[in-house]
Amino acid sequence: MEVIAFWILAVIVGAAAVFVIAARNPVHSVLWLILSFFTSAALLVLIGAEFLAMLLVVVYVGAVAVLFLFVVMMLDVDFVELKQGTLQYWPFAVLIGLAFFAEIVMVRTVGVGTRLEPSPGADSNAEAIGQVMYTDYLLLFQVAGIILLVAMIGAIVLTLRHRPYAKRQNIARQTARRRADATELVDVTPGKGI
Amino acid sequence: MLDWTAILETVAPETLLVAVGLLGTLVGAFLKERFARVAFKLGALALFAAAALAVYYWEGGEAFGGLVTTNPFVNFAKAVSFGVAGVALWIADGFFDRHGTLRFEYPLLMLFAAFGMGLTLSASDLMTLYMGVETLSLSSYVLASFHRDSPRSAEAGLKYFVLGALASGLLLYGASLVYGFTGSTNFEEIAGSEMGIGLLFGMVLMISGLAFKVSAAPMHVWTPDVYEGAPTPVVAFFSAAPKMAMMVVFANVMFTLFGEAVDDWQLIIAIISGASMVIGSFGALLQNNIKRLMGYSSIANMGYALVPVAAGADIGAPSLLLFMTIYVIASLGMFAGILMMRRTGGMVEDISELGGLIRSRPVVTLALTAILLSIAGIPPLAGFWAKLDVIQAGMAAGLLPLVIMLVIASVVSCYYYLRVIKVMWFDEPMEEFQSADPSVALTVVVCGLLMFPGLMVFIGVLGGWTDAAAMGLAN
Amino acid sequence: MTEIERFALDYLPVIIFLGFALALSCLFIIGSFLLAPSNPDPEKNSAYECGFNAFDDARMKFDVRFYLVAILFIIFDLEVAFLFPWAVTLGTIGVFGFWSMVVFLGVLTVGFIYEWRSGALEWE
Repeated sequence: MEVIAFWILAVIVGAAAVFVIAARNPVHSVLWLILSFFTSAALLVLIGAEFLAMLLVVVYVGAVAVLFLFVVMMLDVDFVELKQGTLQYWPFAVLIGLAFFAEIVMVRTVGVGTRLEPSPGADSNAEAIGQVMYTDYLLLFQVAGIILLVAMIGAIVLTLRHRPYAKRQNIARQTARRRADATELVDVTPGKGI
Repeated sequence: MLDWTAILETVAPETLLVAVGLLGTLVGAFLKERFARVAFKLGALALFAAAALAVYYWEGGEAFGGLVTTNPFVNFAKAVSFGVAGVALWIADGFFDRHGTLRFEYPLLMLFAAFGMGLTLSASDLMTLYMGVETLSLSSYVLASFHRDSPRSAEAGLKYFVLGALASGLLLYGASLVYGFTGSTNFEEIAGSEMGIGLLFGMVLMISGLAFKVSAAPMHVWTPDVYEGAPTPVVAFFSAAPKMAMMVVFANVMFTLFGEAVDDWQLIIAIISGASMVIGSFGALLQNNIKRLMGYSSIANMGYALVPVAAGADIGAPSLLLFMTIYVIASLGMFAGILMMRRTGGMVEDISELGGLIRSRPVVTLALTAILLSIAGIPPLAGFWAKLDVIQAGMAAGLLPLVIMLVIASVVSCYYYLRVIKVMWFDEPMEEFQSADPSVALTVVVCGLLMFPGLMVFIGVLGGWTDAAAMGLAN
Repeated sequence: MTEIERFALDYLPVIIFLGFALALSCLFIIGSFLLAPSNPDPEKNSAYECGFNAFDDARMKFDVRFYLVAILFIIFDLEVAFLFPWAVTLGTIGVFGFWSMVVFLGVLTVGFIYEWRSGALEWE
């Protein structure tokens, strides 16, 4: 049962990954990518790592893939032109793919010595992670915060532009405004104007 | 819960850098552009202080349950890379001011990049290694495209990012294979486990990832493009600080993580080293842009620096530190020289623009000549002694073919270094450069002077330090 | 009960939910295909642009601010992801774990202040 589920999901992941690069329409590529993320999450559930599976869905499917979709749909790129010339790199790509495949085969045949428990000494995976991440791996946890900070600064440095001509709403000034500031009662003499 | 003494002994410089970085972010958020000019100098001072702290806690220690470990070997590399990063930051403000991009985020990113270097250097765990490399890389991508309105800078950043992400992926894949086959992420525990075919694959993938970070062949293709496109002060930083740090990390990983398996990786490193020398030396022959030329030159020099890595910890460690230190000082001086190439229209980068520099700027020309001759390895300049040390290490380890390649590559590379010198001394004078910032000119001259190894004193002292530092690795 | 059955039982609500979602979405697609009147002609199928042919491609350059917002969202999304394991283990990791998270959040708050002050959150 478990093995059958694994093979079904594994075939879907593999096929979806192939379609990501084979699809003509880049939007379809991203949709295939989402499918492969999603199925990978299912594979993670299958080995008992349900927290990682949920993270994969929340972060990759929910945010990253949607951002990808955003980019390919809105970017002014002629994809047909972009794809020309990619074909000449195929032998190289196939070579690298074969190398990775050989490695995986070798990993399978040599066999992994230690089969690691997904949630050692805890009820769930999230608990197992939580028990060590904030204490034993304090340093790495804080460095993760620093990396996120660098990403924030980087994104703002590279993309934020101020438009001096843009008109902004200043709520404080709006509410502080009184009738006396904006209007003036003038007694106009006929025929003279103000 | 936290052992503060151990933490200070191990990662005091990094702690300082992060603290200053966070404080700078806050102050910058409120003061905005008024803070920019001060931030450059403050950031540089923080880097110098971090270098001093690395020397102060020379013996190092272990903290966070074995996630980080330092020793004199690592602390030497930290001190040098923080020091050159500080100089690269100190001289940068004039350039950005003239381009209208003087922003306080630049020193902040530099501080975080330096933090990443320090963390990677201190790493004694695969996870720490990866997190450090990521912090350094992420900041570097942003720095490379800091001039976002210049298409070349944006292109440099994008190329660096795409290839760098691939390299990070390789490093991570390799690290997870290593973890999978040994059941541990700690360097010492991995070093103690048996070398199998799976571990070998993990090692090769990790070597590929690290080779990218030091721009060694065949992972070098990004170097000339990034060097050409990124703003010059950023390249001055790239060519010095991360090179020093990542090369020592590379050596550290090979020496400690895979220390028992020298026979397995010696040939791989030797091939990478030889390929880098050939590609670097021959690739530079046809370049007219001085930044591109320096990019190829750095590939070749990384090839030379990998010879002592291939020679192994006992023989190679001191000469690696000596060679890298002298190379990064020379490289920093060279890029400070490129920062001076400025006319009314902006920066110029063609080698021919240096024509007849000796008439208008004799002192600077002399310093640049010394730097170039030193990189080329002409006696009696510092670079020669460094290269000699490397050759001796290679010979002692029995890497004769590699040493022969090194000599041939050096002879070939003499051609283009001498070409630059010839242009500066004998070509028709071009229009004079605009006056340089005093700090930039000073950097060129000081780096040039350091190449005359004061004369032998500097090399002697440095050699003593590197030996002492390498001794720390052995213990 | 075998292990796999227990496992399937754990995920029974999810499986039921997925089944419902799949059935409903198929129903809507097939329903609209079967029930809606469909009588296409070339004019109906062409892009609508006030009576004349479309001038250029539908793709166009998009303001980079959209991406900035999306990227900043992802960063805080990741921050929240770190909170889940912390929340379930707070009992065992104690005061140290609590302050560890506070420092982490502090670092990101510094980033948030920077973000706010630099105007990245304003649309203009």
